[in-house]
This record gives sequence, C-alpha cells and structure tokens, in this order.
Amino acid sequence: MNRQIGRIGAVVLVLFGALFVNLNVITLLQADELANHPANRRVIIREYAIERGPIVVGEEAIARSVPTEGGQYRYLRVYPEPELYAHITGYYSIVLQRSGLERALNEELTGRTTEVVAQNLGELLGGAQRPGNAVELTIDRRAQEAARDALAGREGAVVAIDPRTGAILASYANPTFDPNPLSSHDTRQINEAWAPLRDDPSRPLVDRATGELYPPGSTFKVLVAAAALEAGDDPARTFPNEATFDVPQTTQNISNAGGVRCGEGDEVTLQTGFRRSCNTVFARLGLELGDDVLAAQAEAFGFNRTPPLELPVADSRIPLEQDVPATAQSAIGQRDVQATVLQMAMVAATVANGGQLLRPHLVQTVRGPDGAVLRGPDIGRWEGPPGDGRPVSPRTAQQLRSLMVDAVTGPGATGSSAAIDGVEVGGKTGTAQTAPGARPVAWFIGFAGDEVAVAVAVPDADGGGGAIAAPIARAVMTAAIRD
Amino acid sequence: MTTGSVVIGDAPRATEARLLLGAVLITSAAGVLLGWSRSSELPPAALVTGLALAAIATVAHLTVRVTAPDADPILLPIAFLLNGLGLVFVQRVDLATGSELAAAQAVWTAVSVGAFCALLLFLREVRVLGRLQYTFGLLTIVLLLSPLIPGLTAGVINGAQLWIDVFGMRFQPGELAKLTMVVFLAAYLERNRALLSVATQRIGPVLLPAPRHLAPLLVATGAALVIMAGLRDLGSALLFFGAFLAMLYVATGRMAYPVLGMVAFAIGATIAYRLFGHVRVRVSIWLDPWSDVTGTAYQLAQSLFALATGGLTGTGLGFGRPQDVPFSATDAIFVVIGEELGLLGATAILLLYLTIAMRGLKIAQTARDEFSTLLATGLTVLIAFQTFVIIGGLTRLVPLTGITLPFVSYGGSSLLSNYLLIALLLRISDESRAAVLGRSTQPGPGRARP
Repeated sequence: MNRQIGRIGAVVLVLFGALFVNLNVITLLQADELANHPANRRVIIREYAIERGPIVVGEEAIARSVPTEGGQYRYLRVYPEPELYAHITGYYSIVLQRSGLERALNEELTGRTTEVVAQNLGELLGGAQRPGNAVELTIDRRAQEAARDALAGREGAVVAIDPRTGAILASYANPTFDPNPLSSHDTRQINEAWAPLRDDPSRPLVDRATGELYPPGSTFKVLVAAAALEAGDDPARTFPNEATFDVPQTTQNISNAGGVRCGEGDEVTLQTGFRRSCNTVFARLGLELGDDVLAAQAEAFGFNRTPPLELPVADSRIPLEQDVPATAQSAIGQRDVQATVLQMAMVAATVANGGQLLRPHLVQTVRGPDGAVLRGPDIGRWEGPPGDGRPVSPRTAQQLRSLMVDAVTGPGATGSSAAIDGVEVGGKTGTAQTAPGARPVAWFIGFAGDEVAVAVAVPDADGGGGAIAAPIARAVMTAAIRD
Repeated sequence: MTTGSVVIGDAPRATEARLLLGAVLITSAAGVLLGWSRSSELPPAALVTGLALAAIATVAHLTVRVTAPDADPILLPIAFLLNGLGLVFVQRVDLATGSELAAAQAVWTAVSVGAFCALLLFLREVRVLGRLQYTFGLLTIVLLLSPLIPGLTAGVINGAQLWIDVFGMRFQPGELAKLTMVVFLAAYLERNRALLSVATQRIGPVLLPAPRHLAPLLVATGAALVIMAGLRDLGSALLFFGAFLAMLYVATGRMAYPVLGMVAFAIGATIAYRLFGHVRVRVSIWLDPWSDVTGTAYQLAQSLFALATGGLTGTGLGFGRPQDVPFSATDAIFVVIGEELGLLGATAILLLYLTIAMRGLKIAQTARDEFSTLLATGLTVLIAFQTFVIIGGLTRLVPLTGITLPFVSYGGSSLLSNYLLIALLLRISDESRAAVLGRSTQPGPGRARP
C-alpha cells in the first residue's frame, strides 16, 4: 500500500506544481496584459484614488482633482476654463484613458516619479496615500487669452515662445473642446460627449498648434534666406525683377502674388524680395541653392524630426531629394513642404535669440505636495537636428532679424499690421495654397524684441497672411510683452 | 504498516508548541498590519485578538499533549496558521465590503477547535470508527439529504440547496458528509480489499472482481455522487470522487481502478455537460473567459485581474480591492491573498497545504493498521484535492467550482470539518508512533490494546 500512497504523493506534487507555475504565469508573465484588459477597472480605480496634482497656469489651477462623495472613483478631475486649455491639458477619462499633458505628465501628476520613491515607502507603512505633484506651466495667461480672442472663433492656431528659454507662452487652437464631460465618472455621459466630438467634421480633438501640418507658404522663405545667407549671400544681392519665373522642366511657372513685378527697377535685392515676399526671387534662389541645401537647412531648424515638447508633436516635413519643379515649389513653402505652427514659431524664436534652436517646453516647475520643487524647466539647445541646435550662425541670425524687421516696418512691407509702437517687431507673412480653388492658409511668424516669438496659422482664410494672421500675432505679442 | 514513524525531533509536543506560538505571532502581526492600513494607530482590538488566539492555541495544544502525546507536531500549527490568516483576510474583506463576517468566523474558530479537542478526547482509538462502517454510510446519506428536510433547510442560496439552520447558525452538512463517507469507505475497503484485489470477471480486456464485492461500493459512491450532483454541489462531488479513487487504488494496488474511474468520470462529465446548463456555462467560461467578462465569467476575470494586480510582492495587506471579486470571503479568498501578498504570499499558502498533504500521506504510510492507512489517505487526498480544485479554478487551470479553501475561507461547516479531519490524522499518527515507541497504552479511558 505504501507504494501506491507514494504515487499519490507524486500526483499531489504535480498538481501543486501546476498551480505554482500557473500562478507565476498570471502574476508575472500576463500581468501587464491583464492590467491593460479593457474590462479591468482596477488599475484606473487605484489611480483615481490618488489626489492627482493640479496643472497650474500663473497662480490658478487649469486642471485639478476634487474629492467625490461615494462612488468607486475617489477624485474627479475638473477643468475650470475647459476650452481655453483643452489642447494643452487634454482629458483624464475612465473610458478614453488620458490625452495631452494628463497623459504625458501622468507620472508627475500621480506622484509616481522616481524622486519620491523613498517617501512613498515611508507612507506605505503608515498607510497614507500621498497626493500627486503640481505641474506649473510656462503658459502666460494673457497671451493665451489674447490668442483665443484674436482668433475670434476662426479655425486656426497660435504658438508663442519665449526666445530666450524655449518656454511656450501660448499654445491655442480652434476648434477646441470641453474636457470636463470626457473626464466624468459616468460612462454614459462620457460616451455621449465623445461621439459627437469624434464624428465632428471640424475635428475639434485635433490640436492644430502641434498636431496639424500646413504648407508654410512664404514663411518658409525665412529658411530659404537663411540657407542663402549661410552660403555667403548678402541681403543686398540682386536678382532679375520679373512677374513670372520660368521654372525649368515644367510648364507650371511661378508668379508673384497678383502677377506683378517685384517693385520698381530691372533688378531687385534679396531684402526687397523678402519684404515684398516675391515668389520669383525665392524660386530662383531655391533652385540655385538646390534641394539638398534647402532640406539640410530646414532639418537644422527641426524639420523631419519630432520636437521634444511634452505634448505629442507632428514632424514637419521636407523631402531630402526633389526634382527641379518641386524644389522651386518648396522654396516658396508649397507642395511637399509642410510644417506645424509650433515648428514655425521655433524658427521665429531662433532668429530672435541669435541663432539657437531651443527645446520647446511647457513645464516650468514640478512641485511636491509640500511645495518643494522637484524639477525645474528643461532649458537648453535642441541638439537632435543636424547642427546641434545651431541652425544658423549669429551673423546670419542677425541678418535674418533685420530682413524680418524690414518685412514689418519697411516700405511696402507685407507684415505691417504686426507692428507695435515702441517695440522692434520682425516677421514674415505667408499665404499658402492647399488645393486649386481652395481658400489659403494665412500665416504669420515673427517676434517682438527678444521677449516673444510667435507663429499664427489660419487655414481656410478669407484673406492673406498680412491681413488675417499678422493682426493676431500682434495681439498675442502685445499681451506677452506687457508684463 | 509501521515501516517508519512520523517523528520530528524527540519532543514533538515542544515542537508543536513553538510552531503554534509562531502561528499566533504571524497572525497577530498580520492583524496589526491590516489595522495600520486604515489608521496609523495600533488597533486596540489587536491585543485582545492576539491573546484570544493564544488561548485557543493553548487549549488545542494541551488537549493534544494529554490525549495524543505522540501525534504529528506539524499539522495543528499549520491548520492554526491558515485559520488565523483566514480570520485576518475575512476581516480584510469585511473592511472592503462592509460585511460583518469576521466575528462569526472567530466564533466558529472557537467552536471548531472545541470540536477538535472533543474528538481527540472521546475518540481514543481510531479503529472504533471502522466498526461503525454502515452507520457512517447511512450518516453520510442523511447528512447529504438534510438540507432538503423542511424545517431544517436554510433554503436555496446561490443556486444550491446545501445549508441547514442550526441554532440560528447556517451549516453545510455536506462538508461533514465528506468525512463520514471517507470513514465508511476506509472501513469497507479494509474488509473487502482482498476480494476487490482479485479479478475474477472479465469484461472485454478488463479484469474485474465479482460484482457481489463491487456492488455495495458502487451503490454507495454512486448514490453520494448523484445526490451531490443533484444538489448542484459539483465541487464536493469532484472532491469526493477523487478521494474515493485514491482510496480504492491504495486498498487494491490495482491501477485499473483509477483508470476505470477516470473513464467513468469522463463519461459522467460528458453526460453532465449535455444535461446541465450550468455545467456547460462553467466549461465555456473556463475555455474562454474573455467573451463574457461582465457576465458569467465576471468572477474568474476579476480573480485573474486581482492576482495580476498583486504581481510578485502584492499591493500590501489592506491595499487591494477585494470588493471587486465576488465571494471574496469564501470561495475566492485565495485571490484576495494573492492580490495583497503577491505571488510570494500565495506560494507560501500553497506550500502550507503541500506540507499538510505530504505529512498526511506520510501518516498514512506509517499508520499501524490498514483501516488507519486508508482513512489517512482519504482524508489527506480530500484536503489536498480541495485546495487544488479551488485554487486551480480561480486561476483558470481547471473549471471553477464553488468550494472553500480549507481553513482560510469564511464558513463554519468547512472550518469545523477540516479541524475534525486534522484531529483524525493526529489520532492516527499518535497511535502509530506510540506503537513504535512501545507505548501501546495511554493513560485515560477508551484507549485499549487492539
């Protein structure tokens, strides 16, 4: 009988071994898969039990957590000025998960960063739940409000940057949305708010400041001029003055706006061509520089790379190789060249600060619940692109600055409506065609002194960059320098 | 039978006392940790609870010391530790769900340890049970059917009619019936093992003993199985069948029995699958829990989520979400432990049960007579298999059936029967070691030379 009992013992060992192996599989191998299963509410309930830190602009929370009475989720996320900051904060939802900074800074906001592990351990033994950290933004409330007011409900986006640091002072896009119902604890309410937003043909969930690509149009001439100046050209260099430039290898020639010549005289300087935004000058210049030089200069400013902003950013694009007709079109910011509003604001900021491409950032400080600063702003050159964040020399930057100031204040300047009394304002307009017969994207990129750089894009505009975008830029820059 | 003896050290009772002290300390520490998860002050009840546990452990230990001085020193401390952790986790579930089960479970702990002591006091010789085989057979059927008796029944609960009301307390007689059935089988098999071992009838390629010897066994077992299945207590039926096959195999030494048993099980399972909707549901949940996560597979899915949340080290005592798992104080309590103590804690629990199983089988091997061997085997397989079926069910290794985790789950009848089971194993181990030591008689009544 003992032999049989021994065999039963072996069977018991095998069965318990199977239990042990199976437990390992569930708790270790499948843990992530199970944690992320759509039916698993545990992870999110645990997260909602933490008093998530606020997102702060100035002294005011633009997103904060308030305790709820009853229910399985302990804190509700509320956004006091939902539409103004929706594209920055994003939503915080039990159904849709997270977006915007709520997503990007989740670890900071829940307090689960590595800096505070030691504290967590102590509090775990005590049983207390540590609140999350407060995130203070670089956003300037007045500039942000000015962007909203100046756009006045039109589709479009504004990004303002402090050229000295790379700090984002304003980032606003229309249309926008209300993150409050999406962050509700009521699944039905979330779905009822979500479906119309998702199906809205105006795509209110798309952040046109960072996530949408537009042809930059004539604002791209800043980069073409940069490449020429870097190659040794002078702003006084002359080009033939013509109404239409005969582009080789194609019948699609390039004309100036209105089909007119570029001012008086048989010859025109680079400076005049820039001030008057003459396509003939820049198409000729672009072909002379070549597709590789244009692409290299654009890449040095950050094209074909993802800017290291806390929010997701679309890559601005320029092809590395183009044929002659395409190169001519690229030189005036059309066809295969596309940029985000953020990218063009970074170009303006680089000109304004003397040639340094700085990392754009939204976070000023992260503070623990006790008010201690856990980390400050991430200031520095963006060394990812070729040129290590120095896309142009200080000399070129100075020349570009003069060209852009001239394009706002000079005779016949396209960007005159961006001018501010008593402040040195520079800029470049753009009126980009998207499709034959469609209304253009009105652009303005520029700066005021060395305090603020800005980019404005208004798609489907009923006018050009000078008429539509420049006044918006002016309003935002005025708000930003008023401190 | 006495080819060896179950001895740890020369002073098993001193070992037992030390281990019991450890069990009390671990349980008390767990209770304090649970209190700290809610407030940083020392829970005032912790001291009282700790002292009460120590008192109960002392009574149990002294009873064993007097009535079964040579008994195995490991089983009682493990049972007591599991019982204590069960109390802590039932209290944990109370905190999460607002239920008030811990106090009742504490009362049941005292009652069960009392029954444990009483059994050791009054049953001085395990052979006595063997003489009452038909009494136990009848008792089994009565116990199984008692929930159907009007005036006694507690009605249909969770889709099954398995409970009776005794003095206002709800009791599941089926838990006791598993013990009485194993006693009956041990006695019957001991008497007929020679006849059952000799095959005289040939059915196809299989040699079987004469139907005359096999029939009572099949009738009794079949009746028990049919009643359990009829009462929709599939878990108990499965356990009981497992213990039956193990005992039959040990008694006869013939592999043909477990093999035939498996075949019979397969046929029975197929029939049950065809006949009963709830069986089909259980199987489909097991095969694919993800197609109906919010419905029938809710419990299994929540169990897996809870275990995954726990990971290696767990969320910490008091920091899980037992309220998300249905039946978290009873069937699914292992999941609560897994979530809060992690894979490490769950493995520790598994090892405790494995130790019970291995000690139990060793007691079976060293028992001084065949009845004791068969009884110890049946009892051990019962508790080991029960542990496997419920943990395996909660972790999707086998289809989930609602049974308790021995000693840990909330439930008085289960706790009581398992303490009685341990008492029987202790009695058997005491007898065998006493015989080896030449102490064939013990002071006190009822213990006569066989």
